[in-house]
Amino acid sequence: MEDRITDIGPKHYEEFYPPVIKNNKAKWLYHEILKPGVLVHVSETGDEVYTVRAGGARLMSVGLIREICDIADKHCNGYFRFTTRNNIEFMVDKKDKVEPLIKDLESRKFPGGSYKFPVGGTGAGITNIVHTQGWIHCHTPATDASGPVKAAMDVLFDDFKNMRLPAHLRVSLACCLNMCGAVHCSDIAILGYHRKPPMVDSAYVDSMCEIPLAIAACPTAAIKPKKIDVDGQQKNSVEVNPNRCMFCGNCYTMCPALPLSDKEGDGIVIMAGGKVSNRISNPKFSKVVVAFLPNEAPRWPSTTATIKKMVDVYANDARKYERFGEWAERIGWERFFEKTGLEFTHHLIDDFRDPAYYTWRQTTNFKF
Amino acid sequence: MMAKHKTPLLDQLVSGPWPSFVDDMKQYAAARAKNEKKVEFQIPVDVVEDLMGLLELSYSDGTTHWKHGGIVGVFGYGGGVIGRYCDQPEKFPGVAHFHTMRVAQPAGKFYKSDYMRKLCDLWEFRGSGLTNMHGSTGDIIFLGTQTAQLEEIFYELTHKFGQDLGGSGSNLRTPSDCIGQARCEFACYDTQDLCHTLTNDYQDELHRPAFPYKFKFKFDGCPNCCVASIARADMSFIGTWKDDIRIDQKAVEGYVKGQFKPNAGAHAGRDWGSFDIVKEVIDRCPTECMKYENGKLTINNKECTRCMHCINVMPRALRPGIEKGLSILVGAKAPILDGAQMGSLLVPFVEVNKEDGYQAIKDVIEAIWDWWMEEGKNRERLGELMKRQGFQKLLEATGIKPIPQHVKEPRHNPYIFWKEEEVEGGWERDVTEYRKHHQR
Repeated sequence: MEDRITDIGPKHYEEFYPPVIKNNKAKWLYHEILKPGVLVHVSETGDEVYTVRAGGARLMSVGLIREICDIADKHCNGYFRFTTRNNIEFMVDKKDKVEPLIKDLESRKFPGGSYKFPVGGTGAGITNIVHTQGWIHCHTPATDASGPVKAAMDVLFDDFKNMRLPAHLRVSLACCLNMCGAVHCSDIAILGYHRKPPMVDSAYVDSMCEIPLAIAACPTAAIKPKKIDVDGQQKNSVEVNPNRCMFCGNCYTMCPALPLSDKEGDGIVIMAGGKVSNRISNPKFSKVVVAFLPNEAPRWPSTTATIKKMVDVYANDARKYERFGEWAERIGWERFFEKTGLEFTHHLIDDFRDPAYYTWRQTTNFKF
Repeated sequence: MMAKHKTPLLDQLVSGPWPSFVDDMKQYAAARAKNEKKVEFQIPVDVVEDLMGLLELSYSDGTTHWKHGGIVGVFGYGGGVIGRYCDQPEKFPGVAHFHTMRVAQPAGKFYKSDYMRKLCDLWEFRGSGLTNMHGSTGDIIFLGTQTAQLEEIFYELTHKFGQDLGGSGSNLRTPSDCIGQARCEFACYDTQDLCHTLTNDYQDELHRPAFPYKFKFKFDGCPNCCVASIARADMSFIGTWKDDIRIDQKAVEGYVKGQFKPNAGAHAGRDWGSFDIVKEVIDRCPTECMKYENGKLTINNKECTRCMHCINVMPRALRPGIEKGLSILVGAKAPILDGAQMGSLLVPFVEVNKEDGYQAIKDVIEAIWDWWMEEGKNRERLGELMKRQGFQKLLEATGIKPIPQHVKEPRHNPYIFWKEEEVEGGWERDVTEYRKHHQR
């Protein structure tokens, strides 16, 4: 095609560096959190940059983004950035610019009363929840994303604004096992999960899907080819062995004629104790601590209450610097269930392939 | 103004302190309807209202109403656009076709308002005006437009903004990085430059699907891993150092005397008592390689595994060494299908050399791609191929020598796949000769 421009990649990052960042890159000496949501970084040149961090929903209209631009123009010469966890950061080069900026951010509210730009999310507290699309724009979710996140952050809001925890605590949400949000190494993970095997839309399987790909997509070999009578016509279709199904939805990803979402079947798994940092102990996977909670739109009260309880018990019981998973491992998972009051059920014992064995207890060292 | 659809369930999400996406959508839907700037919207003006109506339906019936993605995109690219169609198009015509565009974000996610306003204007004119800032992988997500707009948006982005799309499908996905040396004293290399350079050097791999499945790069400046590369990137590049942690003894004294707040003030929300360097640093060191005696801190750096704890607690007193580089870990992924995998250490240390275009790093990347593209099955992530063929095959493919750092512990079984050339005399033997000395 004529006059086509391709393969130019993203904009160069340096175009968007505020001058204080450009001038001090790789020269930073140390930082300090002055109060929740406010950081100062000090350079070997003597320069300082003050960062004010504000939470935000990752689902954002251009109307709200323009408001961010207005704030950046007013206080930061137009510069701002986003963090990996969907926070918005405004940077200024003088301390006296910090308070007017905070005042401006905290004064902006939506008509329903929620903050547009709550300041916080630093240090030993809870920052923004990273999440996926959910019902707003995805074809495989087992729960919504933006709704449960809003409901959970409302309940955890004090810990976004405060730094009372033993260490930082990362909450993440993925609306299905595909985990676009990679929640599998979070202190607390909210995971959407299906519990009913796919329905087989036999009239359409052959026309909508590559049957061999759908069969190959199943990790437990629960799907096999089958000719099925549809209105007197023999159709190439598949049969699902429900006892083998682990409800991953991978077949549905490959074959739209195998839908599995369901109001009663779908809901939430709570996982806990993961981390990605190498600090003190190695990175860890999150563990399933609640096998299922129902989808309770619009505010998911069982899910948010469970999370709040876990956070409060951790806050009171863990030692300084101890991450959620380090705490659970130190006291022992038997103690974790006792202290949190969460019920231990057979669903929480791993039975998926080889790694399962390594999670059973091969010692007489346990606590009564 | 009356809303197009009643949304009693969503309306319950406008209260509470955390920013309400529902209120944002409502405000924006009203602004679109009013259209003070007289924008000639190229997709239905009430698209946001129909999206809210559809979401309300999901809130009441507990399931999604989006179908699988169709094959849509911009000419010549196999990624960057995710086709999306609603399964109730008669009730919600505004979102009948509602495709996502992934727009490659600048490294470090720094922005300037003039540029961001241009993106907003374009997306309001030709799309829903709704975004994700940002998607999980890191792109700017333009959430919802129609097929006819895709080429127009792409033309505008590339010709007027100097801006490309991101990756999707069986491609290199848009790489992302931590804030790095731009504003962090811990960063051991320039994450933004490495991220930007590799993103541009591998544009073909990013836009045109030639891989067995998705492939992710993520760049963390230090072992704190703020972008979680170790958990979610097929190749994670994590800053590290080889020499001694730099100690400022005067600043150590400052922490001990309570002049500086430990952990940069991260624990200020509770009274944890006065700072105790032995309890909080020396005794928490996982390798027990630190001592604090007679007012002096010493570190046996040879035994240090660079976990960052002491540096995090006393950033004014301790800094990573000077001989900096990065470690490469490979094969991380979320649980689909065979369970989650953490990245496994492949290259303990490589210099980050901007002058030669990061050739040593690219050599490792390209050797891995050659192996994975040759051996990987359809929809098999690198980590799964490593599990299926073994870590040894990865070492062979990359020409890297096995070292104890590659394992947590040696193997638990002696089932070694010896190769013929490793066994003296080879495997060819004469059974007749054997029987001369061994009766049947």
